[in-house]
Amino acid sequence: MAKLKVHLTFSGETIKRPLIYEIGQEFKVVTNIRKANVDGKTGWVDLEITGEGEEIDRAVEALKEKGVRVDPIEGDVIEG
Amino acid sequence: MGFVKGLQCKECKRSYAKKPIHVCEFCFGPLEIVYDYEGIKEAISRDSIEAGPKSIWRYRELLPIDGEPTVGKHVGFTPLLRGENLGKVLGLTNLYIKNDSVNHPTLSFKDRVVSVAVTKAKEFGYDTVACASTGNLANSVAAHAAEAGLKSYIFIPSDLESGKVLGTLIYGTTLVGVRGNYDDVNRLCSEIAANYKWAFVNITIRPYYGDGSKTFGYEIAEQLGWRAPDHIIVPVAGSSLITKVWMALKEFEQLGLIDTVKTKIYAAQATGCSPVTTAIKNGAEFIKPVKPHTIAKSIAIGNPADGYYGIKTVVESGGYGEDVSDEEIVEGMKLLARTEGIFTETAGGVTVSVTKKLIEQGRIKRDDLTVISITGNGLKTQEAVENSIGELTVIDPRIGSFQKTFNIEEEK
Repeated sequence: MAKLKVHLTFSGETIKRPLIYEIGQEFKVVTNIRKANVDGKTGWVDLEITGEGEEIDRAVEALKEKGVRVDPIEGDVIEG
Repeated sequence: MGFVKGLQCKECKRSYAKKPIHVCEFCFGPLEIVYDYEGIKEAISRDSIEAGPKSIWRYRELLPIDGEPTVGKHVGFTPLLRGENLGKVLGLTNLYIKNDSVNHPTLSFKDRVVSVAVTKAKEFGYDTVACASTGNLANSVAAHAAEAGLKSYIFIPSDLESGKVLGTLIYGTTLVGVRGNYDDVNRLCSEIAANYKWAFVNITIRPYYGDGSKTFGYEIAEQLGWRAPDHIIVPVAGSSLITKVWMALKEFEQLGLIDTVKTKIYAAQATGCSPVTTAIKNGAEFIKPVKPHTIAKSIAIGNPADGYYGIKTVVESGGYGEDVSDEEIVEGMKLLARTEGIFTETAGGVTVSVTKKLIEQGRIKRDDLTVISITGNGLKTQEAVENSIGELTVIDPRIGSFQKTFNIEEEK
């Protein structure tokens, strides 16, 4: 089993939808929210996703397709 | 013997032992080093520091290593210059330039963080170091790994300009070009760091790596004659440097090495990638990630890891955040070169031009003790200015041709 820690950023319509629930239903992954700040317009969630590597990759792709910005928990790791 | 007590989560304050970890297991907050300041206070003084090596290691008690430094022994203690000529142009009487464009060995401030990180990686017993970088960090990791005799992997986007890979490949590293955009490379590197027993310097051992930046602040205070300036202008990418410069001054204050710190810290960014200065201007606590579009590539981080803490530092110190256009960046580079003889990279153009703006806004006054941070060398990013610095004048090999072209009479 692999684990991936991600920082999700929601804006616009995505803020209203149960997208974390949806990826848990659509893929064999366990989602675990560790920290979040969400209001009516925008929000972010620090999430741990556990599952097989490929399932995690698919879940991440699905989140992106649903309009969520997905970043590593560390932020941008490519430095100048 | 070192003075590191352990690690602590910056958010929930949970404690951890001294290990190669960077994220709190509980709240995912970043970890930071906890030092034994009582012990350090007894161990160091102005005199003992002044008697130390002319490198960052004169502050070794304040760095997160346990043994003696083993890599990068000549890093740091770069010049702090009195910028009289630039000051005249900008209207400042008390201007200094902290010049890391001549940092040893790879000509940027990254040598500070990498020498600490690679020394620590060796202490932890790693045989491989790694990073993801498009420039300065890649050069520095490859160079220090070579010196340390460690294997190194450097990840870059596969479409990076060829000129940028040369300064890294020369050190014999394994350079990996990743197909995909920056976001893809970011996520892959995060996954690799989580799954390989490597010292990924700015991920796996980030708390240790980051503290190397403190030496930039220590040196400013010491070189000013053991005092903190009124203002420091710092280029912001991931926001680590700006938080550590502030931390360095506060540590010196706590240790009684300098008086009460009243320094205002300013974040400087390119307008084409300004998540931190935008948040500061809007009074926001958190940054909104952006897609970078600027010539200042060395500081173009759209989703800065320490952005929240960078904003906090600026607000706490009473400073401000300002950003400048690509044209202003080039003007800043030219101004520094033509007044002080320093060829800085684009990030230096950012700090110079942001300083100009801050003066125009009345935030920095004529006689204030002001320090501009120069963190990299212009020879690495020559393409940024190649079309805006004039052209070569070609003449025939005859004195007449010279005189005709330049209209200069012979000296009698």
